[in-house]
Amino acid sequence: MLVFSPSLKPVVQINSLCVCLQQIQEDLNKQLLDNLVSFLSRSHSDFQEKTTKWTCRMKFREIPTAALILGVNVTDHDLTFRGLSDVLQDSITPYVALLEAKDCPGIKNLMQKLMGQLMNCDIEVDSLEDEDCVQVSQNRIRCSMPSLVSWYENVTKKTDSETPSKKRNSSSRHWQSPPVVVIFKDMESFTTKVLQDFIVISSQHIHELPLVLIFGIATSPMIIHRLLPHSVSSLLCIELFQSLSCKEHLSTIVDKLLLTSQFPFKLGEKVLQVLINIFLYHDFSVQNFIKGFQLCIVEHFYSQPLSVLCCHLVDLKKRVYSLSHDQCENIRRLPSFRRYVEKQESGKQIALLTNDNFLKEETEKLLEDLHVYHENYVSILRCLHVFTSSLPKYPLGKQIRELHCACLENQVWETEEYESSLQLARMLNKTDLVSMLQQCVEILMSSSGKEFDKTVEKLKEFLTQFQNLEASQERDVSVSSQKELQKKTDLYHLQKTLLELKESRRSKKLTKFEMLRFEVVDYIDTLVRKYLVPADTRTLHEIVYFNAATVLRGHLNAAPRTALHTALNNPHWYLKNQALKCDGGGISNKAPDICIVYKLHLECGRLINLVDWLEVCDDANSTFTCFQVCSWFLSFTDVSSARFIRAVSELELLGFIKPSKQKTDHVARLTWGGC
Amino acid sequence: MPNLEHPAYPADDLLHLESLVPCRESQVSTLLSIFGERQQFSFPSIFIYGHTSSGKTYVMQTLLTTLQLPHVFVNCVECFTSRLLLEEILIQLQGCSGTEQTSPVRCDTLNDFVRLFKQALATQELQDETLYLVLDRAEQLREMEANILPAFLRLQELTDRNVTVVLLSEIVWELFRPNTGCFEPFTMYFPDYSIGHLQKILSQNHPPEYSADFYAAYINILLGVFYMVSSLEFLWFCLAAANERDTRKLWKNIEPHLKKAMQTVYLREISSSQWERLQQDGGEPGQLKGLSAHTHVELPYYSKFLLIAAYLASYNPVRTDKRFFLKHHGKIRKTNFMKKHEKTSNHLLGPKPFPLDRLLAILYSIVDNRVAPTANIFSQITSLVTLQLLSMVGQNDQLDGPRYKCTVSLDFIRAIAR
Repeated sequence: MLVFSPSLKPVVQINSLCVCLQQIQEDLNKQLLDNLVSFLSRSHSDFQEKTTKWTCRMKFREIPTAALILGVNVTDHDLTFRGLSDVLQDSITPYVALLEAKDCPGIKNLMQKLMGQLMNCDIEVDSLEDEDCVQVSQNRIRCSMPSLVSWYENVTKKTDSETPSKKRNSSSRHWQSPPVVVIFKDMESFTTKVLQDFIVISSQHIHELPLVLIFGIATSPMIIHRLLPHSVSSLLCIELFQSLSCKEHLSTIVDKLLLTSQFPFKLGEKVLQVLINIFLYHDFSVQNFIKGFQLCIVEHFYSQPLSVLCCHLVDLKKRVYSLSHDQCENIRRLPSFRRYVEKQESGKQIALLTNDNFLKEETEKLLEDLHVYHENYVSILRCLHVFTSSLPKYPLGKQIRELHCACLENQVWETEEYESSLQLARMLNKTDLVSMLQQCVEILMSSSGKEFDKTVEKLKEFLTQFQNLEASQERDVSVSSQKELQKKTDLYHLQKTLLELKESRRSKKLTKFEMLRFEVVDYIDTLVRKYLVPADTRTLHEIVYFNAATVLRGHLNAAPRTALHTALNNPHWYLKNQALKCDGGGISNKAPDICIVYKLHLECGRLINLVDWLEVCDDANSTFTCFQVCSWFLSFTDVSSARFIRAVSELELLGFIKPSKQKTDHVARLTWGGC
Repeated sequence: MPNLEHPAYPADDLLHLESLVPCRESQVSTLLSIFGERQQFSFPSIFIYGHTSSGKTYVMQTLLTTLQLPHVFVNCVECFTSRLLLEEILIQLQGCSGTEQTSPVRCDTLNDFVRLFKQALATQELQDETLYLVLDRAEQLREMEANILPAFLRLQELTDRNVTVVLLSEIVWELFRPNTGCFEPFTMYFPDYSIGHLQKILSQNHPPEYSADFYAAYINILLGVFYMVSSLEFLWFCLAAANERDTRKLWKNIEPHLKKAMQTVYLREISSSQWERLQQDGGEPGQLKGLSAHTHVELPYYSKFLLIAAYLASYNPVRTDKRFFLKHHGKIRKTNFMKKHEKTSNHLLGPKPFPLDRLLAILYSIVDNRVAPTANIFSQITSLVTLQLLSMVGQNDQLDGPRYKCTVSLDFIRAIAR
């Protein structure tokens, strides 16, 4: 009997994932947000103090502006802006407006949107006072800067007078006259005129309304110069802020999400590759990467019946022992399990295949092994990354995710890249090597795996050896050969000794340091061979690792043209109707009209004569295969020609053909192929 | 120097006015003589034009406030619709009559405006004085409804009240004149300030810790550097920025600062407040990267290729595609001379539009491995359009196959292709 509903678990996992992600994102954006907040609090300090300093008067018309460079991954920006406006509302000002270009085709719409957002947030603050709402709705009729200014004066005056009487949270957090922050989400898409007008207007009122602009820029800050003429940009006091690059963002996500033992669910190599490829090749969007990851979780729990066992170690025992007989059979059917069984002795084989209870015990052990394997894997992977990330030209990749993929793909020690990186590692200098070893020790110490005590000891031993080496080397500096050189003065002898020296250097015995270095690299190599075996060689990896890359690719990497072609060329693929099934290049006469017309049009040139098309079967030159199919077109009844015309117009709607002006009664193909 | 003299106004006020508007005495005296005495009807509409920062707005404002003439001052950029403009005028009118705002005025048409305007004037005690209606940035009026500008020009006649409309603009009257003809206003030109004028104006406002003579010398130097390139507003700023420095050894001391200011702040590379902070810390502007330092744009792999393909499609003629992108192309018939000629002219002519299919064909041939035409590729094209790296040409017909143009420069493409 099943005690738990399997449908609930992905939800739990996705929820914990979301919480974790939020934390990561907050940490990543923290610095940017801190910078912005300090900029904002600084920007209107003059306004706060109401100073009339000489210099302040000189630039009193400049609007403080933050240019926020966010990178081309537009889909991620929403999250950043939401975080930003939350932080601003918490710490600086309740008056934050987010503007998007698509809402603001003209200055009028922009002002409406702006005032709507600002006054709404005011209503939220004083939701108890009904009179205000009425007043606000009256004010909304006139969307102009003066009414905004008077609104602002009202609001600040009110909070001023209220703060002494009742200490409210919202007002005590903000200052007396908090700045009004206007965020332009997508600077590139705004029209020049709207921006210019808005900036000119607001600069007129900057001394009554402490406005701060934030431009969200996806490309480069040069766009400001391109959008705004000098007369307008001189009204701005622009400071530049750069957000974390999306690649670094992804690295952090991979590091914190995949290379931990926090989540029982793991991604297989191919799936990870698909997700990373979509990221790097297509959109740079971390948000999409995470969505893909979530989709993987859902897909895994949906398609893999044994995913009930994909859980934390604490729950494992209970779940394994509550497995039904069918589920045990499922386990027996797993390819990795079958391989495992084959390796066992015959008595155990029989027990595994027939005795459910024995199987459960074994499963629990194997799953625990898998868990331990993963923990060890991550630690050693990080150690290896310490080495490979400092090698010249990065044969195994600079980022840990590349190394991770390589290790998951196949046995990494058999690849050429691994070989060459070992070669390079054997040439590292001492200081680098020592610092790397120290890093490795730290990583292994912090890891939760219990097996690493010995490894740590060994590494520490290496470190002490290196230190001893330093001490001993200072003593036996090879001065002898040089002294000999100085003694011999005649040319012949000099030449001879030089030659000898060269000989000896070539076949020279390795110094102690070099010996030690070899030892270290070999030791790392053994660690890698022991711990970094690919996951798909482990027994029961199917339960925890999701590897259905084709499914994922089908979901994430939609190919509309291919799908359309398949649908029209081979309707059986989608309709699953036996009558439509046919082999070769032919097409069934039961196929929808549009499929027949499409098939015919594929064989035509750029311009298609409609009459010929209709009569295509008559054409002796055409080697058209569905001769019989078209015979009904020949009957030239009204119905058939009407159906033909409808099919042709459907094809036009799908964008395959268009009416041509070059010849009458002709249509032009919009796709290539055919003749 | 013409002293301002007018019988209608007290001499003290005039003297004060004169000190406030240096180098604009002649214009002010002309205006005064047009205005006449307070109760006299003046010219119905006056059109004042002049280049940026030639003191039009400032002179009008100081003139009207110093002599305490009843006036309404509206910036037309702010009032982007005619309704806003008319309502703004009426609100200000209510304000200057001293009565409290009773109810928000609604005024949709000019007809209403004339009616309400008359009412507003009737309630005030202004009937025996000329009301001045100043419309700043009047070029915006041309974009409103066709009747607005002609109506303002003859507002005196329409309302039958003592009102004068003053239009301030940066462009000449000839560009205003509607096709249907209108009442011709009295036009008046404000010439640019000369270098001498600027010196005089700037030296008026010297900081208290320096003597006037010293400050004048300082401004002289400053003008020598900046006069050719900058506007008055920028000079104000420069003064503010450079002023905090010890200016004893004038020229030698400030020259490097001015140079830096010129390079960075004038082009808005760094903001003025950043500059100020730098000056206070005594740091170098080199520490701060300007706006143009961040020109590099990181793009996804296929976006880069798409952009390169778009660039190739925009700047290469269609007939060369076969030669460039096919392995087995025909013979090259063109002479070298022709090719060279083509190349230069293509870059001078700017990008040409190309259909989507051509873009994809070039993309397939420049990317090494096979590219599946997935939705991701197509959405990247759209996002390149939203990033303003490509632009869509003639988007009216969706079925016709969209056409694009590549809007980035050769340097940008080179940086990407690296």
